Amino acid sequence: MKSVAIIGGGVAGMEAASCLSKQGIAVTIIERNEQLGGRLNQWHALFPLRVSSEPLLHKLKKELSEGVNTLLNARIIDVEKNEDGFAIHMNNSRVITADSILLTTGFDIFEAEKKEEYGYGIYDNVITSVDLEQQFRSGKPIVNATGKTPSRIGFIHCVGSRDEKAGNMHCSKVCCVTAVKQAIEVKEKLPETEVFLFYMDLRMFGRHYEELYKEAQFKYGIQFIRARLSEAFENPDGSVHIRIEDTLLAKPLKMSLDILVLMVGIQSQRKPGNLIDMLQLERDTDGFPVVSDQYISPYRTKVPGLFVAGGITGPKTIEETLADARAVTGDIKAYMKQIENFAGQERYVLEL
Amino acid sequence: MKIEGKKRLWQEYQKEIATDKFFFVRSCVRQNFFPAAEQIFLRILRDTLGKSVYENPGHTTCTGIGYHCDVVPFNTTMTVVARQFALMTEAGCENLAVSCITSFGLYTEIIETWHHFPEIEEKTREYLRKATGREFNIPRNLAHASDIVYKLRNDIAAKAPHRLVNKITGQPLRVVEHIGCHYSKMFPHKGIGGAEYPYVLTGLVEALGGEIVDYPERRHCCGFGFRQYVVRANRGYSLSCSKKKFDSMEPYKPDLIITNCPGCPYFLDRWQYVVSEMEGKTYGENGHGIPVFTYEELAGLVLGYDPWDLGLQTHQVSAEPLMVKMGIPFDPEKKYLGRNGENFGRPSKPNFLKIDMDGINKEPLVLTN
Repeated sequence: MKSVAIIGGGVAGMEAASCLSKQGIAVTIIERNEQLGGRLNQWHALFPLRVSSEPLLHKLKKELSEGVNTLLNARIIDVEKNEDGFAIHMNNSRVITADSILLTTGFDIFEAEKKEEYGYGIYDNVITSVDLEQQFRSGKPIVNATGKTPSRIGFIHCVGSRDEKAGNMHCSKVCCVTAVKQAIEVKEKLPETEVFLFYMDLRMFGRHYEELYKEAQFKYGIQFIRARLSEAFENPDGSVHIRIEDTLLAKPLKMSLDILVLMVGIQSQRKPGNLIDMLQLERDTDGFPVVSDQYISPYRTKVPGLFVAGGITGPKTIEETLADARAVTGDIKAYMKQIENFAGQERYVLEL
Repeated sequence: MKIEGKKRLWQEYQKEIATDKFFFVRSCVRQNFFPAAEQIFLRILRDTLGKSVYENPGHTTCTGIGYHCDVVPFNTTMTVVARQFALMTEAGCENLAVSCITSFGLYTEIIETWHHFPEIEEKTREYLRKATGREFNIPRNLAHASDIVYKLRNDIAAKAPHRLVNKITGQPLRVVEHIGCHYSKMFPHKGIGGAEYPYVLTGLVEALGGEIVDYPERRHCCGFGFRQYVVRANRGYSLSCSKKKFDSMEPYKPDLIITNCPGCPYFLDRWQYVVSEMEGKTYGENGHGIPVFTYEELAGLVLGYDPWDLGLQTHQVSAEPLMVKMGIPFDPEKKYLGRNGENFGRPSKPNFLKIDMDGINKEPLVLTN
């Protein structure tokens, strides 16, 4: 029986695991956290339909058949490629062998502290979109650091995205619609609160996104200002004063907000111990791994038998991540077929 | 405000600062703006802390103001700066202590330029050789004078008879710090604490027992900004910049302002008078202004130097209310006497801004000797 080790038990990893196991392949999911689900555990509601993330998470877990072996709290210290495939060395001295590896370790969230002038981690009422999502999940009322119901909330788009100084030239893609979704959620909970979105461009590329954007304006009265934030600072009462440039009027603008939400971007995994570096995968100019062919074989790497899918290859929506997970199983199956045909010969020369 | 967040950032922006054997280069304008400040720096280093500081009167302007006003080309500037380095090298020194923030920023910019473009360094060496026959080494350690005071802050605090504490209430004094733009905004890693939340003066104030006030317009320009002031037509802009800062810091009731740039203390000090004359508005207690100090003046003050030797009589905003608060002895009668006891006469009083001991009920401790 052929085997695949899936590293990363988030959306892509879980979906790929259930697809592969249904096709008779032995699957082991190696997850470093204490539970499966990855980022889905952090999100409250999913754009664009604004449905809870729970049913999807439940469904993904349910689809994992009993044949899928899941390792939680697992730490990989080394991965070795040999004639028999791959040997994955764990920190508990255990070695997991597999014919193929699928990397679905996802992405990092941009660390908002790096935009020092925005004051995240310093000013009490500067939070990130991830913090806000967790606040939604907790079910607690939306209040500022002193427990006051905010009368004005502002969202800053593109924090750590499309920002060469922050080391990220790319667009994180999902933040625009996330901001619209979160702004609507704020308005639903706090109809009297003024909500402003300060955007660079609004990239409503997906199905139903544009409708959501329109609904935000017409139904909820959310205000969209094309602007860039220069700096934020704290007022004596703890509110956040922002200095921005309205790029349509070409004029500077100042405003005080009770809560400032930074729409943090998506970036490639760079923290020590990340699998991209451990497996010595070449990084592209945006930091995400180079794939075999962007158009024809976007899930294959230069290493035969090593595949990538989901957020590890760049910013992706959940729909795209799920599509990736299903598609990569075709590539993996084809690879298994080939190694069967070439059984006994040196595997490392195999190229799909 | 979360101080832990700032502390985390401060750790990322540290640098090596020499502690002895300096070659000191002065500022063009400080000796007019705050005449005793540089002398106090030398006195603190040489007499109080026993450090060696060498000077060469042959050193010139760094051309910084001309460079930033677009009237001196970069090649000329680099050659002039190379000559300063040559004077340092000839003196057998490796540690350059720079009095002016703009000079510090410019030296940093030039050394960085040479680091990335060695052919430009070579060209500059050739220009200097042709013009003066001199050779030079790049300083092993480049530090602004405020970096050095920061580095030695605990030694200063240990020798200081006074603290930045209100002796009447026992509370730490509330201090606004203002950092010169050219200190770390161009090269954040060359400044202690970086560009957004610099620590160089905060660290000094903390060591001396004071409390830093962070206020909304902290990062805003002091009002100098060469083209705002040097170009006469823009001076209204300079004044409005300073006023914006005063209005922003006023609710925090700061006891004093401390700066590390030649221009900032001048504009933050003098414009308080202009605002008072134009609008009758004053920002300190009892009709006084908020006293403004350079880091050397403040260090000299806590070290117990005679306030009139520090040149505090040349400030527009009087330091007397602060000195009374801190319990620092001084003789008000000697304020306008020259070094040889010559009476300079009292300046005429502003219409609104209180000066000297006006409106202060508590008698000062008189300095006797």
